[in-house]
Amino acid sequence: MKILVLGGGPGGLYSAALLRKNHPDWDITVVERNPHDATYGWGVVFSDRTLSSFREADYPSYRDITNQFVVWDTIEVRYRGETIRCGGNVFAGISRKLLLMLLQNRCREFGVKLKFLTEMREPSELDGYDLVIASDGVNSFVRRTYAEEFKPSVTYGQTRFAWLGTRKVFDAFTFSFRRNEHGLFQAHIYPNDGLASTFIVQCDPQTWRRAGLDHATEAETVAYCEKVFAGDLNGEPLLANKSDWIAFPTVSNKTWRFRNIVLIGDAAHTADFTIGSGTKMAMEDAIALANGFERYGGNIDAALNDFELERRPAIDGIQRAAAESNRYFETTTRYEYFEPMQFVYYLLTRSGRISYDELRRRDSSFVDAMDRWFYARTSGAGHPNKLIVAPSPMLAPLNLRDLTLRNRAVMPAPANYAARDGMPDEAYAAQLDELAQSGASLIVTDILAISPAARITPGCSGLYRPEQAAMWSRLTKQVHDRQAKIAARLGHAGRRGATRARNEGLDLPLIGDGWPLLSASPISFIPGGPVPREMDRADMDQICDQFVRAAQMADEAGFDLLDLHFAHGYLIASFISPLTNRRRDNYGGALENRLRYPLEVLEAVRGVWPERKPLGVAYSATDWARNGLEPEDAIAIARAMKDRGVDLLDVLAGQTVLESRPVFGPYFLTAFSDVIRNEAHIATITGGDITSTDQVNNIVAAGRADLCLMEPPRLNAHYRYIGTDTGAIDGRTGSQG
Amino acid sequence: MRVGIGLPGGVPGVDGSMVIEWARKADDSPFTSLAVVDRYVYDSYEALTSLAAAAAVTTRVKLATTIVIGPLRNTATLAKTAATVDALSGGRLVLGMAVGAREDDYQAANIDYRQRGKIFTQQLAALRGLWESGTIGPRPVRKGGPEILVGGLSDQAYMRAARYADGYVHGGGPPRAFARAADRARAAWRDAGRPGLPQLWGQGYFALGEGAAARGIAYLKDYYAFTGPFADRIAAGLLTTTQSVIQYISGYEEAGCGELVLLPAIAEPSQFDRLAEVCRSL
Ligand SMILES: Cc1cc2nc3c(=O)[nH]c(=O)nc-3n(C[C@H](O)[C@H](O)[C@H](O)COP(=O)(O)OP(=O)(O)OC[C@H]3O[C@@H](n4cnc5c(N)ncnc54)[C@H](O)[C@@H]3O)c2cc1C
Ligand SMILES: Cc1cc2nc3c(=O)[nH]c(=O)nc-3n(C[C@H](O)[C@H](O)[C@H](O)COP(=O)(O)O)c2cc1C
Repeated sequence: MKILVLGGGPGGLYSAALLRKNHPDWDITVVERNPHDATYGWGVVFSDRTLSSFREADYPSYRDITNQFVVWDTIEVRYRGETIRCGGNVFAGISRKLLLMLLQNRCREFGVKLKFLTEMREPSELDGYDLVIASDGVNSFVRRTYAEEFKPSVTYGQTRFAWLGTRKVFDAFTFSFRRNEHGLFQAHIYPNDGLASTFIVQCDPQTWRRAGLDHATEAETVAYCEKVFAGDLNGEPLLANKSDWIAFPTVSNKTWRFRNIVLIGDAAHTADFTIGSGTKMAMEDAIALANGFERYGGNIDAALNDFELERRPAIDGIQRAAAESNRYFETTTRYEYFEPMQFVYYLLTRSGRISYDELRRRDSSFVDAMDRWFYARTSGAGHPNKLIVAPSPMLAPLNLRDLTLRNRAVMPAPANYAARDGMPDEAYAAQLDELAQSGASLIVTDILAISPAARITPGCSGLYRPEQAAMWSRLTKQVHDRQAKIAARLGHAGRRGATRARNEGLDLPLIGDGWPLLSASPISFIPGGPVPREMDRADMDQICDQFVRAAQMADEAGFDLLDLHFAHGYLIASFISPLTNRRRDNYGGALENRLRYPLEVLEAVRGVWPERKPLGVAYSATDWARNGLEPEDAIAIARAMKDRGVDLLDVLAGQTVLESRPVFGPYFLTAFSDVIRNEAHIATITGGDITSTDQVNNIVAAGRADLCLMEPPRLNAHYRYIGTDTGAIDGRTGSQG
Repeated sequence: MRVGIGLPGGVPGVDGSMVIEWARKADDSPFTSLAVVDRYVYDSYEALTSLAAAAAVTTRVKLATTIVIGPLRNTATLAKTAATVDALSGGRLVLGMAVGAREDDYQAANIDYRQRGKIFTQQLAALRGLWESGTIGPRPVRKGGPEILVGGLSDQAYMRAARYADGYVHGGGPPRAFARAADRARAAWRDAGRPGLPQLWGQGYFALGEGAAARGIAYLKDYYAFTGPFADRIAAGLLTTTQSVIQYISGYEEAGCGELVLLPAIAEPSQFDRLAEVCRSL
């Protein structure tokens, strides 16, 4: 077999070495345009996990690499004059140059031909080989040549960064955040070897321009950065090495193989530099490629197929984490109001790959300190340094006006559509009682309609008759007796009203016994469905009065918190979204107008809802649809509501229109809550399939939300299959059938 | 978790009487359902017709499509056929539907492949209405018509399942993959305000006994050839030993699956018996 490896970076060299090791008779040539000892960049970082995969693949090169490594286990963060360290993250660093030397040696030992100072420019140069491994880096010539087949996409990050170095030896992976008159700068600093450290400086594009770095020479860049990070460098100079300012290119390809050509490493995929995984991905690609040929011998097609199947999920995961990390560094200023402890917690968990429990496994004393800080801050329990014992963030209390919630877990009490004339049935009451014993601090009712016509289905509960208020008085007391609090969620279905119980599906219109619908504009929710009437002034006054009356009843019934439902395409939401509001009066058009009526309702309700009780609003942060609401609108809406006395926002998404592109997945609403909370500086609830206490701790500790709506535990996860008896389960879970 | 078994009509060359005999054994087995998959351009039996035949020789087990490719069929025809199978079986039909993945099926049926999502949504929106209004009889046994499941791996699929169906049916793969999809299906369900939990169905292929593995793998590689690289992966997931069947079942159970359908990769009566034996031992 005759193989061309184009590009002598870590991906190319390692795959050449591994393939030749397993197949000494294969004719393998590495072609590299640079001289053998030229290289850019400084150090490369690997985790212990990555190192063990190197050990498995080729012990001698692993041994050579690790012999040259500096190993450390601490991440240090310098922020607002404080230094916080977190241990237990085993890393090893080596200079890129040394790594390439070791891999070149290994190639020579196995008899791989190395051709330096040879640049390939013509597609025809790729002919005449059985296999071409394109490890020619981020600007891959092979990828560009066959763009039709690989279908690459390259997108650029917003931030600018420059790779620099310093002779000062840092003893930990160090993040330093420094603000000056131009803006915020962050440095990612890590030791390469015992003699030097890599020092990457990053900032947002506005800061970069304000600082004049967009037209700075290399020397000017160095001088500027030395000044910004003087506190970290202690007089040591920064060193440049082709240190241009770069916007990071994220490369993806539809496929990594075409005929006998395979893309690996940066040529195939890149992931934002802020998770430092480029070299790791390239070398793990090499291992997977070698394994493919181990499995399928000389069958190139099968081996390449195996390689791609093996690596896709891994690369997807890394690219997702990288996108999260990139998003964080693009919006770091959003979190600059955080106190150092929380700032660091967010930074460490930014990519979603490390959770609260995982961080505790790495460094329990760091997480203990976090717990103490969080508890001291939220409970008023004095200075964190005086505390010895503190609960985890999930178990810390939250104060909203005069209401104290004893922890951060909230349980929704979903509708069972069995209410009669708006009165919940006994099963619903029993469910509430059960939830009140769940340990959650707060129970949220399903939407209580503010009038009979406000109901989504005839089986929905309401809060518009004295009997209902009386029933709720009993139910709230029952919840209070269990030491929990309860929120009333008030709403009007609008154009999604008069539908059947949701047991069979959503938005199925009632046949025959429906009622007239109202909305901001006369647009039916489903094609061919009932068309709502456009609300006129009289309708608006009447609905507002009904909200006010319901709020008064909720207060009398003993509810602790009110949650107005302004989301999911229901009545009030229909005013807010441009997709459902086509009004030409004062209540349609620009966001300010579309928000006018919702804010009128809000003010009227706040006027009667007791000062000491908190008011919440559930609203949509995005319509997940073209021309619909976007998070930027949602931030403006949050600010307007906060100004009118709203204390808590339940950040939802979608369900505005039928044709939308939602994104589900574990806690899929939390990213929206994060934006709203930390831009508008208001308490938020997030939900979206939060099922573990680890998730709640993580979300709350990082300041992504203040409260989490949890799902009831999944009973059927513990079901045991026992033959044909469909209902039965074993003793593990008790009675549930 | 319940376990069902596939009818062997998806394997080329299978004899019709064998399919019927296979079905006949189901009532008196540990299996809770008989299932079929759908494919036009292949030597395989039509899904709902097969279930009609199975209805005639069973009284207990559910009859499930996991799945039929909805858009290939005119909605009225699908409503009529499904209602008929439901009536013939006394309400045992579970209608799993998805958009499918093969363009050649769409070409054969003369349906625009690019419109598949749109057609599917319209179809889901219309089916219940057709059954309930009685415009297209026979009247299904259950008031709302047969139970509907939606399959697929896009966020649209989870949303369709939450909006129009009684649950979600997964296309097969290791329990981990099922668990991820199930999480999303549940999230969409909750988000839509549907009461309770969605029904969650999973599936997998088996070929048990000496020499069965190679034959089963050959079949799967052929059947899934259109998926290109993934045919090998699917074939690699074939359950060929008692141990792997048991692990697969318990993996799905842990992941919260409600009913797992195991489809035969070899059309021989002994396959039914071998799988039944494994399940009885659980
Ligand atoms: C300035 C800079 C600094 C970096 N520093 C670090 C770091 O410190 N740590 C880290 O983990 N990652 C770093 N990276 C990322 C890291 O280099 C890559 O992710 C990793 O090297 C990918 O390996 P590779 O083998 O796929 O490609 P590369 O290492 O990029 O190797 C590609 C090779 O192909 C050669 N080549 C390209 N085209 C041709 C052609 N037509 N003919 C002949 N030869 C060709 C190039 O000269 C190059 O040597 C850095 C990237 C840049 C741009
Ligand atoms: C610029 C840069 C930033 C990094 N940031 C982190 C980080 O925040 N957390 C971390 O655990 N490792 C970080 N690393 C170290 C490792 O490169 C990274 O953990 C490793 O690639 C992940 O591999 P794993 O999936 O084997 O754990 C960083 C490395 C670099 C070069």
